[in-house]
Amino acid sequence: MSLEIILFVILGGVAAVTSVIVITRPNPIISALFLVLNFASLAGLYLLLNAQFIAVAQVIVYAGAIMVLFLFVIMLLRPGNEEKIFSRNPVVKIIASIVAGVVFLQIVYMIFFTSPSNSVTGEVSASVNAGTVEAIGRELFTNYILPFEAAGFLLLAAAIGALVLAKKKFE
Amino acid sequence: MINNAQEFYNALPILIIGTGILISLLIEIYAEKRKIFQPWISIIIFIAAGSYALLSIEQKSTLFMNMLATGGNVNVFYFIFTFGAAVVTLLSINYLKKYGANYGEFYILVQLSVLGMMLMAGAKDLIVIFLGLELMSVSFYALAGINRKRLKSNEASLKYFLLGAFTTGFTVYGIALIYGTVGSTSIDLIAEKFIELSNNFLFITGLLLFFIGFSFKIAAFPFHMWVPDVYQGSSTTVAGLFSTGGKAAAFSAILITLGALFTAGGAHTFTPYLAVLAVLSMLYGSIVAIAQSDIKRMLAYSSIAHAGYLIIGLAAGNYQGIAGIIFYLAAYTFMNLGAFGIVSLIEGEEEANLDIKSYAGLAAKYPMLAALLSICMFALAGLPPLAGFFGKYYIFIAAIKADLTWLAIVGVFSSAISVYFYLRIVVLMYFKESEKDFVVAHNSTGLLAVIISVLLVIVFGVAPGTIINLISSFL
Amino acid sequence: MQIPIEYYLILSAFMFIMGIVGVLTRRNAIIVFMSIELMLNSANLTFVAFASYMGNTIGQLFVFFVMAVAAAEAAIGLAIILALFRNKMTLNIDEVNILKW
Repeated sequence: MSLEIILFVILGGVAAVTSVIVITRPNPIISALFLVLNFASLAGLYLLLNAQFIAVAQVIVYAGAIMVLFLFVIMLLRPGNEEKIFSRNPVVKIIASIVAGVVFLQIVYMIFFTSPSNSVTGEVSASVNAGTVEAIGRELFTNYILPFEAAGFLLLAAAIGALVLAKKKFE
Repeated sequence: MINNAQEFYNALPILIIGTGILISLLIEIYAEKRKIFQPWISIIIFIAAGSYALLSIEQKSTLFMNMLATGGNVNVFYFIFTFGAAVVTLLSINYLKKYGANYGEFYILVQLSVLGMMLMAGAKDLIVIFLGLELMSVSFYALAGINRKRLKSNEASLKYFLLGAFTTGFTVYGIALIYGTVGSTSIDLIAEKFIELSNNFLFITGLLLFFIGFSFKIAAFPFHMWVPDVYQGSSTTVAGLFSTGGKAAAFSAILITLGALFTAGGAHTFTPYLAVLAVLSMLYGSIVAIAQSDIKRMLAYSSIAHAGYLIIGLAAGNYQGIAGIIFYLAAYTFMNLGAFGIVSLIEGEEEANLDIKSYAGLAAKYPMLAALLSICMFALAGLPPLAGFFGKYYIFIAAIKADLTWLAIVGVFSSAISVYFYLRIVVLMYFKESEKDFVVAHNSTGLLAVIISVLLVIVFGVAPGTIINLISSFL
Repeated sequence: MQIPIEYYLILSAFMFIMGIVGVLTRRNAIIVFMSIELMLNSANLTFVAFASYMGNTIGQLFVFFVMAVAAAEAAIGLAIILALFRNKMTLNIDEVNILKW
């Protein structure tokens, strides 16, 4: 077994297990912390896929900024545990789990049926070149200048909206 | 990138709004009397961008490295968004004061949402559609909650946000699968490879997930559950913007992607799915609207039914259908804004007079308001010779040409049902005695906005041929 | 790149389904929102997997923009939750039901 496969199994296993933990814990703080772990293992997977820039951004933006915001709000509001997640209307939950399982199996079947690995090249050198900061930066400020500006306005809208909604007092 | 003066002029509508947002922000920070002129500045920006879009309608080009198209029907959409937003702004000036929520940020958020809509209407790449959609949605989440001291408003914005973000997940995953099979997110390239990939399950799943994401935004049947609550809970003028601008923008994005697939020869791939969606939306919206006692909820369910009529045009899969949809969206924007506008004028403080019974005997007290509301209701019901009739007419004709006569018949049947609940309001206003006494506060800007919308409804009804010919000539 | 791309896609599909189940079954607004983040991240994993197996930058650019969108949504969403909590001391979306839903 090569290192790549070992790392994929470990990181992928952590990502899968933590995603289940996130949606089953009653305490939102535990969920949030496992979500951080999930994001960190995804960053590892991105490195395995030779996407260096995205891996770093994942740690800084997701695991860093966004999850800190989440934890901050949770601590501020202290919502407490969500009582009886699964006892309330258990039939619905069981049906939801079965449907989810069936849909998942369908997607797995579909993925193997279509087998996208036939249509992708999987060349290591090409993927290393695609994932560098240089390549992404060059695209971002030439071909993708309009989406880049739009993302700027999006963040402006979010800042203004958050200010209007959450500011304590006006005037 | 912009390479020459002509391309700069073509990009002007979007640049005007973008610059306008920054100017409004500076005014909000520094100007002394901002409360007075902030709304007027944003109205001027909207009118400038909209009129310029109409003037330069012949100038077709693609800008920013093939990311954004201008000219033709894109500019028709720009006109719809900007004039719709200008009407909403005019209506909001006095409406927001009624609730003590006259924040300058409101007008900036409306401008930001219009920028998002414009990006969606002109997009040539899925990433621009996605960012435009998110820019619009994020502004809408904030606008829904702008009346932040009221619990209902908080609740509406939470519901809108959670469902909107949930559907964003679907849209992104759909785009990821499309990207994985095509190797690009450019709409032209996707259309080019459409025939080759039409047997690829991952590609089709991706497209379906993408359209499910948009079905939420246009409020089609199985994905409609947020609509009545959000419209009822948020401010009336804002609900008018959601139901017109938001819906028109989502349809413009669907038309771009589907329109590209039409030219690639995939016009009828989604017809069965769309036909089912159309029938369910029309019948569900029309039937449930009858049972509503709150006028905003009634308009919300009727907006679900209208989404159904519009989807008929998509199911038809021909150019008449697309032209019909654009005409109908323009007509619907103004008749629905007229209706929401009058509801916002009549609405008293603390959400009084939103009950349908409040409209009894309105004609005797306020003949002007009653007449304007009647025109809007006749137009929404699709009675000739108003804008709504011709919108439905063009869409049904397109369906018949595509051998979907049964769908057109269901559409006519559903509009017949809808006549009942629209005309019930007219009957209440003219033939019933007033049950409760209330005074409608004088609001000249709001009345002006309603009159403008009603005038446009009449223009669309008097000269539908010229407008539909203009739209068709760009397809 | 010894691992076939299918395994990455299955992992991301699993996370996506878990996100959907979380949204549909949980009642705490913040956990629902975290499930949505899980869905966005699963889409990101799909993007990066395809991008690097195709040697193509577009997917990674898309992930960059999805991160911007997620940040914007986090800001606005948590502000909405905060505004709601001020008026009604709850995060349970079943208790948020003056409107009929």
